[in-house]
Amino acid sequence: MNLLSLAWKSLRQRRTGVLLTVVTIALSVFLLLGVERVRVDARRGFSSTVSGTDLVVGARSGPVNLLLYAIFHVGEATNNITWKTYQDIRAMPEVSWTVPLSLGDSHHGFRVVGTTTDFFVHYRYGARQALSFVQGSEFSDLYDAVVGAEVARQLHYKVGDSIVLAHGLGGLSTALHADKPFRIKGILAPTGTPVDATIAVSLEAIEAIHVDWRGGMRLPGRETSAESTRHMDLTPTAITACLVGLNSRLSSFAVQRAINEYPDEALLAVLPGVALGELWHLIGTAESALRAVSAMVVLVGMSGMLTALLAMLNERRREMAILRAVGASARTVFALLVVESTLLTTLGAALGCLLLFGIVAIGHDYLLAHAGLVLELAPSSSEWGLLVAVIVLGVLAGAIPGSIAYRRSLVDGLQVRL
Amino acid sequence: MIPYGEVPLVSCRGLQFKWPGSDATLTMDDFSVAPGERMFLCGPSGSGKSTLLGLLAGVMTATRGEVTVLGVPLSTLSASQRDHFRAEYLGYIFQQFNLLPFLSPVENVLLGCAWSPVRAHRAGLTRQAQRAEALRLLDALGLVAQLVERSRTGSLSVGQQQRVAVARALIGGPQLLIADEPTSALDTDSRDAFLRLLLAECTRHGTGVIFVSHDMNLARHFDRAAALGDYPSSQMVA
Repeated sequence: MNLLSLAWKSLRQRRTGVLLTVVTIALSVFLLLGVERVRVDARRGFSSTVSGTDLVVGARSGPVNLLLYAIFHVGEATNNITWKTYQDIRAMPEVSWTVPLSLGDSHHGFRVVGTTTDFFVHYRYGARQALSFVQGSEFSDLYDAVVGAEVARQLHYKVGDSIVLAHGLGGLSTALHADKPFRIKGILAPTGTPVDATIAVSLEAIEAIHVDWRGGMRLPGRETSAESTRHMDLTPTAITACLVGLNSRLSSFAVQRAINEYPDEALLAVLPGVALGELWHLIGTAESALRAVSAMVVLVGMSGMLTALLAMLNERRREMAILRAVGASARTVFALLVVESTLLTTLGAALGCLLLFGIVAIGHDYLLAHAGLVLELAPSSSEWGLLVAVIVLGVLAGAIPGSIAYRRSLVDGLQVRL
Repeated sequence: MIPYGEVPLVSCRGLQFKWPGSDATLTMDDFSVAPGERMFLCGPSGSGKSTLLGLLAGVMTATRGEVTVLGVPLSTLSASQRDHFRAEYLGYIFQQFNLLPFLSPVENVLLGCAWSPVRAHRAGLTRQAQRAEALRLLDALGLVAQLVERSRTGSLSVGQQQRVAVARALIGGPQLLIADEPTSALDTDSRDAFLRLLLAECTRHGTGVIFVSHDMNLARHFDRAAALGDYPSSQMVA
């Protein structure tokens, strides 16, 4: 009879306690791997918020700042880029495409982005995925709007609904562009990026709703109707930022330098990957905190197992004495307990992995829609490392009751002390 | 293997045992058991009985003196060699709770030769043969095969459990059987029946017996009786 089957049968005998222990370990492994999965995938999702864009250009500030307001819609731009400058950038020979972004308005807390239909063509996220529509299509009329998945979900919008934009980002009802309502033309599929919480309209529409405004204030007595605005020249004078795609990635640095040294205006061009890395660095502490918490959870799970093994040890003195009497060495007794804890940890770890797999499989779409999180079904390489660490920890934990039983079996001899 | 009468099965010379971490010392009389001999040891609790059995089984080591089993002084063996040696020569029966509840009765019997290739070989060349031998032993001890095959170890009565324990101790024919008050949980009738079966099987295998009990009435079943603790020399010296 080998040690493994002996340990297995002994565990089966104590199945209730063993099951609880395995479930404890499974839950902590689930939590540990779950946190790791979320961490890795959130980071991956974050760093691929903008994936097909070579440069993000805005007025000169800091790279993180530019990224925050242009891509993540956090904070406000310090300055604008003039339309002429934008045209100059567009005309650079290395530049393949540009997408203008005009920010500053909102709708129920969601940011409004003035852009062109190129946005739907060139904006890429994740593994170079393009935006897609779950309903409707891109804007074509002046007063058409396209809403992100999160906007549609929270405000229960569907294609054809009429919405009114607010001036500024505060959502104050006094500054509504109530005279020029928009019609929802399309709803985007969830992406897990800030696009989900965005309302996209055309650049001309941004101009149109501001014809009666100067310096953030409505000019008193002027009320140009929505229809008559259509006949005005709606070429924008300025935009907030723009996304730039190049013909060749090799020219990234050259174009970046050219834009940064643009003589007529103080501009800043950043490589989104680099700036995203800097930004992630800022929130890195939260990441380590998460890891620390999940490591503690594993320690709690392990001490739970240790407690269970130690508690069972007393009832098992008889078992140990019998094994000693039939010729098992004290080392065998030690090995038996280590094999047991290894079995428990391995079972718990396997169950935890299975649990994570199941929950990710079931919750994948929900998490994308509600948390903007894209979770992979397959474990990342760091998870394997953690799993090995947990099992090693389990083996080490088994060495504690093992060595107690070892010492006892030397002292007790063949006496059964109960 | 060992010629009868030439080498004693067990002999103890000048045994002294000091418990670790205490000053109490146990000194024991010299004694020896011949191969196949049945010896009755009467020892009230506190007489150092458990220690003596631990020394004979080689799970404990004497502070002074020597235990020689089948001509091999146990002190010359390492701890793991003693473990192997114990598996070969010794069958051990506890007072009660002899069986592992998570193994079937037959598996419990086969546990007796799990750590001894020699005894496993003697019991049978194949697993089936060993199983058959286990069933034969159980049958000889009065346990019906059907009962053994069908019931769980935990559902056996104390008397039945003790018989399974005897079968485990005797499978593969060890040279020595140590029984530590195996009848104390049995009533008088089943005690005598149990003892007769036990001794009959031991005779059959040529196994020497050291039987410990506080019940002097049982001494008549044995070749020789000795009392622990009555000797002036085997007292506790504080």
